[in-house]
Amino acid sequence: MESVQTITSGSKLAEAVMTESGQNVNVCFQCGKCAAGCPISYAMDYKPAQLIHAIRLGMDDLVFKSTTMWLCASCETCTTRCPQELDVAKVMDVVKITAVRQGIKPTISQVAAFYRAALANIKKCGRMYEMGMIVGLKMRTFEFFKDAKLGMKMFKKGKLKLLPSFTGAMRMWKIFNRVKKIENRNLNT
Amino acid sequence: MPMKYAYYPGCSLHSTGSEYDVSFRAVCQKAGIDIEEVKGWVCCGTSPAHCSSKLLSLALPYENLCLAEKMGAADVVAPCAACFARLRTAIYEANEDPQLAKQISEALERPLPKSMNVLSPLQIFRDKEGLADAVTRELPGLRVVCYYGCLLTRPAKVMQFDECEYPMAMDELLRSMGITTLNWSYKTDCCGGALAMTRTDVVLKLTHDILEEAKAVGANAIAVACPLCHVNLDTRQEEVEQEYCVKYGLPIFYFTQLMALALGVPSDKLGLQKHFVGTDELLSAVCEG
Repeated sequence: MESVQTITSGSKLAEAVMTESGQNVNVCFQCGKCAAGCPISYAMDYKPAQLIHAIRLGMDDLVFKSTTMWLCASCETCTTRCPQELDVAKVMDVVKITAVRQGIKPTISQVAAFYRAALANIKKCGRMYEMGMIVGLKMRTFEFFKDAKLGMKMFKKGKLKLLPSFTGAMRMWKIFNRVKKIENRNLNT
Repeated sequence: MPMKYAYYPGCSLHSTGSEYDVSFRAVCQKAGIDIEEVKGWVCCGTSPAHCSSKLLSLALPYENLCLAEKMGAADVVAPCAACFARLRTAIYEANEDPQLAKQISEALERPLPKSMNVLSPLQIFRDKEGLADAVTRELPGLRVVCYYGCLLTRPAKVMQFDECEYPMAMDELLRSMGITTLNWSYKTDCCGGALAMTRTDVVLKLTHDILEEAKAVGANAIAVACPLCHVNLDTRQEEVEQEYCVKYGLPIFYFTQLMALALGVPSDKLGLQKHFVGTDELLSAVCEG
């Protein structure tokens, strides 16, 4: 695929996406298949194809302020159907990661809070401890009563563990820290 | 010597999807498939990891692959579709990019296993000979739609699992055991899994579409192979009914529960009582023998 890597648009954001994910958004010819197949595009302010185009044009502000990547459920329909083999879902991930790194406030704050709560939970517990994660999420979103009834019923049905297992918790903590170190090193080189 | 599989249950099969764990083990036992749980396994990181850090999202699956290799296994079976996808993605990405593989190895402080294969139970059961002959219970009244969800088949180059837009693996497996499965167009449509706890409005809409189509083609049950799909379709079904003023009452089974029933495992041994949508009424109407 070396030939397509030579297609550029002079957009710094597009270059950053390329470096982070190996995905060249400039190969996109706006067929709109990703937008048509996306099950969540109805709820997005910009359709996936539009977001890709905005990245090509270097419209950083529009991209980072859009809800598109935060609503993406990573179902990979876009990635599977792109005739140019652009991994659109991967681009969504990179845009989110870049936005967070630049300190830009996520447009769908609950989703970002969920990621943080889930990762903090597995870093501490080794395996996902759902009850702890739910508490962590509520502390971040202040939606204390959301799904309370549902959670109660799940607990009564024995679908939620009372206590975490802590299997591999120490290893997990070390892996998270080493990853952080490597990522910081990569950013500084 | 019988083939032995390292079994990676993942977090859901130890909690919200424990029925999948119980029924998967029951089918393996009936089929004579030897599985051993990976010792000391940790979370694969699932979508919060790949949405936050690429390296982390690959290191966590590899930690588990390293543990499986230590047990002497070359084949890992991952019933959860999300774990299955993350484990396969890690292997794919590391093979594509040696520099990245080096960083994963550095993060784990150990060498990466060379040749690990990650399988879905659908693949293992499909390749198991004589499974159809072991059927002892007929379920003639069942009309099932198989819901594969997103992560089993997509993206095709990574998952290499069946036809990515219209898979048949689960249909063929259940049909071989005498269970009727129907054609429908929502096999691989997304239920919104990753947004379940945050944007429930989106999940209710997507889940409604799936339930609506299942009902429209005349199904009286849905079979799934993913604990996240199960949570949305089963646990939130009542919410969907309230939101859209409809009534489905559609039991959602893990495909392994249906297989175990056909293989004669008692229905009270399959975690069916944990489902939100009751299964008793349907099963007593369709079971024979």
